[in-house]
Amino acid sequence: MANMAQAIRMALHYAEENLGVTDIFGEDVGPPLGGVFTATQGLKTAWNSPLDERGIIGTAMGLAMAGQRPVAEIQFCDYIYNVIDLLKLAGNTYWASNGQFNLPMVVKTPVGSGIRGSIYHSHSFDATATHIPGWKVVMPSNPLDAYGLMISACRELNPVMYLEPKALLRIRGEQPIPGEPGDDKALSKMIDAPLGDRTKWKPKWPALTDYAVPIGEAKIVRPGSHLTVVSYGRTLPLCVKAAKAAAEEEQIDCEVIDLRSLWPYDWACLKASIQKTGRVLYVNEDTEVTNFGEHLIRRTTDELFYQLLAPPTLLAGKFIPGIGLADNLEMASVPQLNDIRESIRKLAAEAP
Amino acid sequence: MSKDAKSVTRPKLVKTEPDAELPLERALLVKIHDLMVKARVLEERLIQMYKQGHGYFWIGGPGEEAFNVPLGLLMKPGEGPAFDYLHAHYRQSATLLAMGEPPIGALRQMKNVATDPYSGGRNFAGHFAIKKWNVVPVSSPIEVQYAMAPGTALAQKRHGGDGITVVTGGDAGTAEGDFATCLIWSTRPGNELPVLVVVTHNQWGISTAAATQQANPDIAERGKAFGMRTRTIDGNDPINAYLELKEAFDYVRKERKPFLLEAKVSRLYGHSSASGANFVTAEVDCVKSYEERLERAGVLTRAEMDGVRRHWTDTIAQAARTVRDEPQPAPETIWDHIFKEKG
Repeated sequence: MANMAQAIRMALHYAEENLGVTDIFGEDVGPPLGGVFTATQGLKTAWNSPLDERGIIGTAMGLAMAGQRPVAEIQFCDYIYNVIDLLKLAGNTYWASNGQFNLPMVVKTPVGSGIRGSIYHSHSFDATATHIPGWKVVMPSNPLDAYGLMISACRELNPVMYLEPKALLRIRGEQPIPGEPGDDKALSKMIDAPLGDRTKWKPKWPALTDYAVPIGEAKIVRPGSHLTVVSYGRTLPLCVKAAKAAAEEEQIDCEVIDLRSLWPYDWACLKASIQKTGRVLYVNEDTEVTNFGEHLIRRTTDELFYQLLAPPTLLAGKFIPGIGLADNLEMASVPQLNDIRESIRKLAAEAP
Repeated sequence: MSKDAKSVTRPKLVKTEPDAELPLERALLVKIHDLMVKARVLEERLIQMYKQGHGYFWIGGPGEEAFNVPLGLLMKPGEGPAFDYLHAHYRQSATLLAMGEPPIGALRQMKNVATDPYSGGRNFAGHFAIKKWNVVPVSSPIEVQYAMAPGTALAQKRHGGDGITVVTGGDAGTAEGDFATCLIWSTRPGNELPVLVVVTHNQWGISTAAATQQANPDIAERGKAFGMRTRTIDGNDPINAYLELKEAFDYVRKERKPFLLEAKVSRLYGHSSASGANFVTAEVDCVKSYEERLERAGVLTRAEMDGVRRHWTDTIAQAARTVRDEPQPAPETIWDHIFKEKG
C-alpha cells in the first residue's frame, strides 16, 4: 500500500492532469528534491520558490485571482506564522469583496510532532488554522483519506488548509488508493525518484481515479457504545490502538471518530455518537489553551449537556513554548498512547 | 535618468497649438484636467461626508491625482489575464475614475450602504474591488498587495499577450518585507514577470517623516540591485507622469519584465480622518499648479476650469444625496460570501 506522502503525490498528479491544478510550489517542492517529505516528486507543475513564505502565499493568492489553481506548500507549519495576516486576507477576500473574488487555492503544510523535530519542526497548526474564518481545514490520518481529501481540496472554490501529520507521512495504509499496484515495491519503482542523478528520471503513474473524501465528513473508524473518542491526524491511530486495548483489557467499548475536516466539521456525526455514549474525549496535539477541542467541548455542553454522563474531556498538547528535542521532552509534551488510555479509563469511571 | 532609460525610445511628443510647450494633445490635457478635478471633488466630498457623520472613517488620495489619473488612463481594463491587474492601495480613487468608474460607488462605500459595489458596506472608503476590471480587493494592510502581485503577473506571463500587473503602495509601506518579496519574485532569473511596481512617495507614514526612517531618499534605487529598470519621477506634474508612465507601461507590456517606478507626490489632507483630514498648505497642490499651467498655455480659461469644478461639485453632491437615503446592509448579510458554493 502507498504511504501518505505517495498518496498525496498521486492525488496531486491526478489533480494537475484532471482538476486544473496549475502550480505546485514552495521551498524545495520542485525537482530535484520534490519536497522534504517527497510528496511532490515527479509532478509536472511542481517548482521551487524563493525561500520566502510571504511570497509563497501571496503568489498563490495572485495566481488564484487570475484563474489559476495553485497548491502552495509551507515546508513546515512552524514557518507559517509569518504569513498569518496573508492567511487572514485569503480568508476574507471573498467576503470583503462582497462575493466578487473567491480564491481557489490549497496550502499544504506538514504539522505536529513524531519525528523528533525539536522546537521548529514539531508544532501543530490546527488550533490557529481554525481561528481563521474563510478557510476550509482538513487533516488526514491515513493514505486513502489523504488522497481523497486532496482531490476534494483541489476541486474547492475556496482556500483550503491541508494539514499533513508529518509522523504519518511515511506510514503505509491499510486500504489501497484506487489504481495503485498491489505491490509496494512496484509502486515505489514507478513513482519514487531514484537516489543520485534524477535529471533524466520520469515517474510512471498508475491509472488513478477521482476518489474523493468530501470536506466536512467525519468517519467512524471504530464503532462503540460506551464512550466517544474524536481525533484527527497523528493521534487518530493512537486512539484506535487505545480503544482496542480498552475493549480487550477493560471491556470499555469506545467509538472512535476521525474528524478529517476541522472546518467545516461533521457535527451531525459527533452529536449522534455522543448522544449514544454520553461520554466524549477529544484528542489532538496542539497546545491545549484555546485549542480547537475546546470549541468542540463548548458545543457539546451547549447542545448536549443533559445527555452527558461525564464532563467532556480534552487531551491535548501541553501549553508550553515548544516541543523539546529529547525523547522524554517530546513524549511529555504531546499525547501518547498511554495518555489516551488513561484519559479513556478516567472518563469511563465517571458517573453522574 | 538611468543609463537604461536613456537607451529606450521615448514616446513621440506631439506638439500642439496654441501651446507648443505642452507635449500632449489638447484633448488629453483637458481630459486629464477633468479627471483630476473630478477625483479631487470626490475626495473632498468624502471628507465632508466623514465630517458630517455620513461615514466612520475617511482615507484617500487627494494630492496624488496628477499621477493616479494618467495611471488609470494607461490601464487596459477587463477581466482575466489578457487585461491589466491592479493591486492598488487606498489612495487610488483617481485611477479608478480614470478607468471609467462612476464616483457614486466611492460615496456608497463611504456611507457603508448595501449598494456599496466594492464591499457591500463592509470596508472603508477607498477599498475598491472590481472583478470585471481585474481591480483586486484593496485591503488596509499597507504592504500585502506587493506579495500578491507576482501571482497575477505569473499567470499573465503564462497567458501571453500584453496584459500586465500594476501594484501600487506608499513609501512607508516599502519598509515591509513584502516590498522585497515583490522585487525578488518579479526578477527570478528566466522567470521575470510583467509587473509595474509603483511607489507613490509622499514623504510620510502617518506622522513619521520618511527621512527619519529610510536612508535612501529614492526607493526606486532598490530595484537596481535586482537588475530592474527603475525611475524616480515628479508625480505632481500630470504631463510628466503621463509620459513617464507611458514609457514604463510600454516597456512592461512589450518586454514582459518588471519596472519599478517611484513618483514623488503630495499628501494634501493628511493620512486619513484619524489625523483630522484638513488641507495642508505646505505641499504642492497638483490641481492648482496644473490649472495655472493650462491657463498660461491657453488650453483652458479660468472660467472654463471653474465650470469643470462646478460641474463635478454639483454632480457628486447630487450623487451624495442619492446615497444618503440608501439602506444599510441587513444584519443577516454578515453570513453572505464566506464560502463560494458554486462555480
